[in-house]
Amino acid sequence: MSQSENAAEAMARKQRDISVSEFFAKNRHLLGFDNPRKALLTTVKEAVDNSLDACEEAKILPDIAVVIEDLQPDRPATAKSSRYRVTIVDNGPGIVRKQVENIFGRLLYGSKFHRLKMSRGQQGIGISAAGMYGLITTGRPMAIVTKPKANASAHHIELAMNTKTNRAEVTEDKETKDFPPDRFRQLGPGTRALAEQGVFLPAAAFPTGTAVSVELEGRYQKGKGSVDEFLELTAIANPHARIVFVPPTRVSADDDDTPLATRSQAASATTATVTTETNGVTLFPRAVEELPPETKEIQPHPKGVELGTLLQMVREYADTEKGSLYNFLQERFCRVSPQTAAAFCDKVGVTSRTWASSVEPPTVEKLFKEFETAKLAPPPTDCLAPIGVRQLLAGMLKGVRAEFYAASSREADVYRGRPFTIEAAIAFGGDLAADESARVIRFANRVPLLFQQGACSSFKAVVETSWKNYGLAQPRGGLPVGPLVIMIHMASVWVPFTSESKEAIADYDEIRKEMKLALMECGRKLGTYLKKRQRMKREGERRDVFERYIGEIAKALNAITGEDAKRIFDALLKQAKSKTAVADQVLDEDGKVVKDEPIDEEGVIVVTEAMARGATEESDSAPIDMDAEAEPSPSSSAPAASKAAKSPQKRGARSRSDDTGGLFVD
Amino acid sequence: MAINTNTTKRSRERDQATQKKIHALAEQIARKILAGRDPVLEIPTRTRSNTNWNKKRGILEMGDATSERPLFDLKTAKQFMQTMLHASTIKELIEAEKTSSLRGVFYKAKHTVAGTKENTFDTQDESDPILEDLEVSLGALREELHVFAENRGAMVGNITLIDKGDQIDCRRMGSGGYALPSIVEPDVIQFGKCEAKFVLHVEKGTVWNRFNEDRFWEKHNCILTHGAGQPPRGCRRLLQRLNKELGLPIICVLDADPWGHYIYSVIKQGSISLAFESTRLAIPDAKFLGIRAKDYKECDLGDAVKIDLTENDIKRAKEIAAYPWFEGHKGWQKEIDLLLKNGFKMEVESLITKDISYVTEQYVPQRLKAKDWLD
Repeated sequence: MSQSENAAEAMARKQRDISVSEFFAKNRHLLGFDNPRKALLTTVKEAVDNSLDACEEAKILPDIAVVIEDLQPDRPATAKSSRYRVTIVDNGPGIVRKQVENIFGRLLYGSKFHRLKMSRGQQGIGISAAGMYGLITTGRPMAIVTKPKANASAHHIELAMNTKTNRAEVTEDKETKDFPPDRFRQLGPGTRALAEQGVFLPAAAFPTGTAVSVELEGRYQKGKGSVDEFLELTAIANPHARIVFVPPTRVSADDDDTPLATRSQAASATTATVTTETNGVTLFPRAVEELPPETKEIQPHPKGVELGTLLQMVREYADTEKGSLYNFLQERFCRVSPQTAAAFCDKVGVTSRTWASSVEPPTVEKLFKEFETAKLAPPPTDCLAPIGVRQLLAGMLKGVRAEFYAASSREADVYRGRPFTIEAAIAFGGDLAADESARVIRFANRVPLLFQQGACSSFKAVVETSWKNYGLAQPRGGLPVGPLVIMIHMASVWVPFTSESKEAIADYDEIRKEMKLALMECGRKLGTYLKKRQRMKREGERRDVFERYIGEIAKALNAITGEDAKRIFDALLKQAKSKTAVADQVLDEDGKVVKDEPIDEEGVIVVTEAMARGATEESDSAPIDMDAEAEPSPSSSAPAASKAAKSPQKRGARSRSDDTGGLFVD
Repeated sequence: MAINTNTTKRSRERDQATQKKIHALAEQIARKILAGRDPVLEIPTRTRSNTNWNKKRGILEMGDATSERPLFDLKTAKQFMQTMLHASTIKELIEAEKTSSLRGVFYKAKHTVAGTKENTFDTQDESDPILEDLEVSLGALREELHVFAENRGAMVGNITLIDKGDQIDCRRMGSGGYALPSIVEPDVIQFGKCEAKFVLHVEKGTVWNRFNEDRFWEKHNCILTHGAGQPPRGCRRLLQRLNKELGLPIICVLDADPWGHYIYSVIKQGSISLAFESTRLAIPDAKFLGIRAKDYKECDLGDAVKIDLTENDIKRAKEIAAYPWFEGHKGWQKEIDLLLKNGFKMEVESLITKDISYVTEQYVPQRLKAKDWLD
C-alpha cells in the first residue's frame, strides 16, 4: 500500500499545470503551423483577419498592406524554407498601450470567444500563436507599432512570449513618429510607384492603425493554398477593403500560379476597380465605399446550447448575479419571454423564485431536454452581416475576369438555434478555362477557406446542384465543367467547422439546403443568360447564312431579269439584317448590348467586352464580304474588340449602367 | 429535210415559251425583293400526300399542293439560292441553244460562294432534285429545259426509228442494241416502219442479252427493251409512245420480288416524284407476264432459285399490296399473298436452272400464248 502511495506521490510531483502556450507550442499543427508554407499563410491570415475585424468594429474602411520580406535572399536554391519578416499594416483603431501584451502575447485572450457575434476570428488564438511560432523558429520577438491616437506618436513594442507562463515579455518599448513605417514605401519600384499614386500606405488614410511584424521560418510559394490565393479571395469577399500585397522578391521553385484574374500590367490602375499588378506588387482596390452593416451581439438561443455549457452558464449566473432560474432564462437566452421562462420552470419542477444556485444538475439536464422540444421563435437575425448582392458582384468583378456574374443572398435561416445566412455568386466565361472543372471558392464570415474542400458542406452543395439544368456539363457526382467560378459564403455567429483548423464547414442539412438554394438562384440566372447568348449566337449564324447566299441570288436574278444586282443585294441585305436583329445586340457600334433589351434579372452583371471577345473566338469563320462594293459584314465584332484594346482597364459596361450611372446592378 | 426544219421551228417556239416562264419566275422574285417583301418560291409538292390516283385514267397525278421555299429560313435558304442558280443556268443553256447532262448542269452551277469555302452545290444529288423542282414550278419538262440524263436501257426489234434525222434500223443492232436516249420526244425521235406486234420489256440488260442472243424479237415479231432496273424517263416515255402511237401492248418480264412489282407499278401508273409527268410516262395497260410466285411450282423449279425475303422485302410487299391500283385487284392480291406465303423471291435469270434458253423458248412463249399475265 505504502509503496503505491509513494508512487502516487512521485507522480504527483511531476504533475503540474500545462500552460496553454506550452501545449500549442507542442501541437502547433492544430493552429495551422504544420509546415513552413502553411505557417507563412496562417500568419498572414490571422493578422489580416484581425485587421479587418478591428477596422470594421471601429467603422473604418480597411486599408491593409501585407509585406513579406525575404531575410535570406542569398540562401541556396535548394533550401526548403527561408526566414521571412511578415508585416501587416492596417488603418484600424490601434491598441491602447496596456492591452498590447494581452492581445499579442497571450493565447486565448480576446473579445471574440465569449460572445455570439459574427466576426472573422472566433477563438482568439491566432495572432499570438503566429508570434509564438516566429519566436520558436527564429528566436525573434514580435514587433508591434500601434497608434491609437491620431495626434499622438505611436508605440513601438517588441514582445517575446513566455510559453510557460502564457505571458509576454516586453523586450523593447519606445515611442515613434514613423507610422505607417516609411521603410515599406521604399522597398522597391512597385511600392514606390503605388505610394506615389497614394494607394500604398498613404499617411492620410492611417491616422491610427497597427503594424505587426513577425519573423518566421517559412516558405513562400504561389498556387493553391498560398498567401496570394488567400489575399485574392479575401479581396473578393471584402470588396470594401483595399489590400496591397508586397511579396518577397524571391519565390520558391516549382511555382504554380493560377490566379483567377489575369492581372493587367498597367500604371494607371488607380481608377479601375480591378486587381492590378505593378512591378510585382498587387493592388486589390476598394470596390465599394461602404462598410458591412454593424452586427449585434446576441444571447444564445436555447436550442443552440449544449448541456455542459448550460450547466456552466447556470453556475456562472448563480455566482455573479445570484438570481433566480426564472430570471436566468430570460437574461441569458434570446427568445425566452417571461411566460416561456415560467413554463420552463414549471416543467422542471421549480418555482419562479427558485435560486439558480439551488438548481441541481439533474434539474438542469431536465431543462436541457425541455429546450430540445420547446416551441420557440427562431433567433433574431440582425446579428448577421451578409456581404450583399451588390458587394458580392463588385468583389467577383474585381477579382475574376469573366463575362457573366450573378449573385444571390439568401434570407437568414437557423441551424441548431444559431442564425446563419448563405450567399453565393458565380462568374462565368471570359478568361476562365473552359474545359476544366469549376473552381469553388468558399468563405466563412468573409474568411476564405483554402483547404479540405471535399469535406466542406459547400462543396457537397455544389456537387448536388444540377448544373445541367443551367446549360453546363457536369459529370455524375462531380463539379460542373466549364469556365466557372462558384463562390459560397456562410455568415453566422457561429460557423460550425469540421475541425479546429477552421478549413471546412460542417455538413448540417439546414446549411446545405440553403447553399443549394443560393446556388440554384445563381444557376438560373446563368441559364437564362446562356440561353440568351445562345440565341444571339444563333441569330448571328443565321445572318451569316443569309448573307452568304444573297450575293449569289442577286447575281442569278440579274442574269435572268437584267435587274440591277446591287439594288437586289442591298434590298436583301436590309431584310437579312432586320430578320436577325437579335444578333445586333452584340453588334451595334459600341459593341454593347442594346439598351432596350437588358438582361432583366437582378443580381447580374454582364461584361459585354468579354462577350464580344468570346464571340470572336467562337465563330471560326472569318467575316465575309459579299463583294467589293458591299458593306463589310456586321458579323465582325471588330469595333468592340478595338475599343477594348484601347482601354484595357475599362471592363465594359454592364446591361444597366445607363440608368444608374454606376457599374453595378442593385 | 422537211421534218428537220419543222422540228427546228417547233423547238424555237418551245424555247421561247420556256424562257418566258423562267423570266416570269425571276421577275416575280425580284419585284418582291425590291418591294421589301419576303422572297418565297412556291414549289408544287412532290410527295406522296400530294399524289392522287386517278382511277379513271389509271395513272398517278400530282395534286395542287405547293410548298413554300422562303429565302429567310435556315432550312430552305440554300435551296432557294440553288433554285435561282439553276434557273439562270438553264436560261444560259437555252440561249446558247445547247443541251447539257444533269451532271453538266451540276458543274455549271457549282462554285464556291463568294467569300466562303462553301460550295453552291456539293454533290449532284443536291442538284438533280432542284432541277425537278424547276420543272414542276415552271411547268416545263426536262427536255424543255435543255437538260438530259445519261442514256440508259436498250432496244432491238422490228422497227425503224428516225433519231435527229438519222434512220435507226432496230433490226440491225448487233448484240448491243440501240441505246435509249433520255429525250425521246417526237421532235427528236419519230417512228418509221414497224412490223412488231408488241413490246417485251425486261428488267435488266443481262436478261435482255439472253433474249437478243436467241433472236426472240425476230421469232415472235416484237420489240425488245430493257430499262437497266428502274427504267429512266427516256425508256418509259418511249414505251409509252410505242403503246400510244403504235398501239403496241407492253409486256413486262420482271423479277418475282417487291422491286419487280414496283418497277411494273411505275411503268403502269407513274411514280410519285414524277407524278407531274404521268400523262407522258404512264402506260395503264402495261402487262406483267412474270415471273410469278406460282412459277416455282408450275415450272417445277429447284430450291436453287429461292432467295429468302428480307424484313424489308416483306414490308415493301405489304406496302405495294396497299397501293390503290393493286388494292382492289384480285390477281395482284393473290400474287403478293403467294409471294409472302412462299417466303422467297426469284429472279428472271434463275430460270436458267431449267435450261439456258428455257426463258426464251418455253417460258415466255407459253405464257404469251396462254395470255397468262397480270394487268
